[in-house]
Amino acid sequence: MMTTRDWLLADSPTSRWQANAGRAYRVFTALLRNPLSVLGGIIILVLLLTAIFAPWIAPYSPTGQNLTQRLLPPSGTNWMGTDELGRDIFSRVVWGSQITLTIVLLVALISAPLGLLIGAIAGYFGGWIDRILMGFTDIFLSLPKLILALAFVAALGPGINNAIIAIAITSWPAYARIARAETLTIRNAEYISAVQLAGAGPIRVIVQHILPLCTSSMIVRVTLDMAGVILTAAGLGFIGLGAQPPLPEWGAMISRGRTFILDQWWVATMPGFAIIIVSLGFCFLGDGLRDVLDPKSEGKS
Amino acid sequence: MTTEQPALAPPPPQNLAGKRARRQVSAVLGFLITLFLTFLGLLAITFFIGRVIPIDPVLAVVGDRASQAQYDAAAAAMGLDQPLYVQFVTYVGNVLTGDLGRSVSTGRAVAEDISRFFPATFEMATLGILIGVVLGVPLGVTAAARQGSWLDQAIRVVGLLGYSVPAFWLGLVGLAVFYARLRWVGGPGRLDIFFDGLVTPITGMVLIDSLIQGEVEIFVNALWHIVLPASVLGFFSLAYIARMTRSFMLDQLSQEFVTTARVKGVPERVVIWRHAFNPIRVPLITVIGLSYAGLLEGSVMIETVFSWPGIGNYLTTALLNADMNAVLGSTLVIGAVFIVINKVSDVLYRVLDPRAR
Repeated sequence: MMTTRDWLLADSPTSRWQANAGRAYRVFTALLRNPLSVLGGIIILVLLLTAIFAPWIAPYSPTGQNLTQRLLPPSGTNWMGTDELGRDIFSRVVWGSQITLTIVLLVALISAPLGLLIGAIAGYFGGWIDRILMGFTDIFLSLPKLILALAFVAALGPGINNAIIAIAITSWPAYARIARAETLTIRNAEYISAVQLAGAGPIRVIVQHILPLCTSSMIVRVTLDMAGVILTAAGLGFIGLGAQPPLPEWGAMISRGRTFILDQWWVATMPGFAIIIVSLGFCFLGDGLRDVLDPKSEGKS
Repeated sequence: MTTEQPALAPPPPQNLAGKRARRQVSAVLGFLITLFLTFLGLLAITFFIGRVIPIDPVLAVVGDRASQAQYDAAAAAMGLDQPLYVQFVTYVGNVLTGDLGRSVSTGRAVAEDISRFFPATFEMATLGILIGVVLGVPLGVTAAARQGSWLDQAIRVVGLLGYSVPAFWLGLVGLAVFYARLRWVGGPGRLDIFFDGLVTPITGMVLIDSLIQGEVEIFVNALWHIVLPASVLGFFSLAYIARMTRSFMLDQLSQEFVTTARVKGVPERVVIWRHAFNPIRVPLITVIGLSYAGLLEGSVMIETVFSWPGIGNYLTTALLNADMNAVLGSTLVIGAVFIVINKVSDVLYRVLDPRAR
């Protein structure tokens, strides 16, 4: 009798779907052996669940003001205290997870495919296409990310959508570099030649045969970069260029709490803890994924 | 972070000295070309941000109630009736002659503003990197020497925190704890209010100016104020430097010559600090350079928190007032400094490391 586990770990999978599932299962079990990546995974999972179930988790409305309850210290009813408009900080932090998750997902969805495509094209065609695309990438890479994002948001106008665009614009070059390096190592492989001889055009080769092989190193890099994305987004919010009030964005909440930092410390510190925990979660998970997925360490085992 | 240098042209077979000289010349040329192209790229990006993204820069100047004639006149005065490439050439020319336009909010030339605000940032970032190097390198070395000890674990945690703690938040918490509660350090700003304007700016750096003028009291006050922001910045460079030092040292300590030295009976302290540490000094320079460049960026956030009159504060104020000349000017200057530090540490690496020559 074949168990699910046997099916997943089969040495000669009978379908592409079985092979993929088997690989995902191996990665998953390898991750489980590393306590820090388990912790990271749990943090990200909690973030996901919090974002999805925010309306049921948050005890109060994130925007509902109650001026009689201003600036109350953390207590049994207001776990993280209340802010200057009497809003419950815990509820706002819970709702803020939706904003953070949206930013992280959208930045990843915009910048990773963009970088992947540019890098793969540069690596596959080589020559002057490579030189132009990579020259462009290198210029972006050698500029300070945060400052560039600030300047872009300044031109586009403040707001959460523009913040996402600005962060995505500044984060694709690293992915392009990785994708190019990966493409160069597989470009001359025999199976690629076989596909080419079978009449596949460059688009087909890149999309169907090169990009899938870049995904694992891309996943590692994107996960590791997410902490930086969260910090940049929070920084934009803190300066007042990201999410606008009354949105409960964590960076903007810290900015509001600045005025009260000397006497009502909880207003600014609580959202900060949320940022730190989530960023740490992505760091832990990324570190673990790198150990499991990194092609170099995989070749040894 | 570092960019790939263009491949060196294969030198013709000649005697060794000529070969090396030729290679060095082409390396220098290649370096200058990439530097030039990167600067041009930076200019293109700031140009693009300033002239192309805003829906209508003219409208921003004349307002929406201007007549068509006024509008055209303003467009012509701003050079916006020219083709885009002519505008770009004019822009590059202006920047090269030090003309970054006029700031709407301060009413002064942006270049003048920046030269006034930059020393404060430089002072803070330099002190920050000093803290980072002085503490980070020994911590990294010790962590590697005692791999797996509690100190090693602690340094790992510090390294990860360096990636996940928002700088502005750490600054705020620092103010709440060390200034408001403990009174160990001075509050926001560079000096207490009653010391303001007592030191004539010579270098623009209060610590140095006050020493030159023999104002010990002001020097102490300035130190009192700079300690916290510089330490917060220093924390981030410490985290990065310690982590990199640790991994470089671990590489060295697993080498055979280290084992040989230990077997010969060389004291452990000498093995670590001479045999293993000497070879990593060169890569460390690159790491420190990168970290220094990163601090310039980090100071943008820190300066807002500490009301530090540096270029970061200038930039954020300009951002909120939509003062685009000031925004692009500061972006350009910070970007240029960032590029130069990056490239110089890259070159230093090539010059100092015999293997890379």
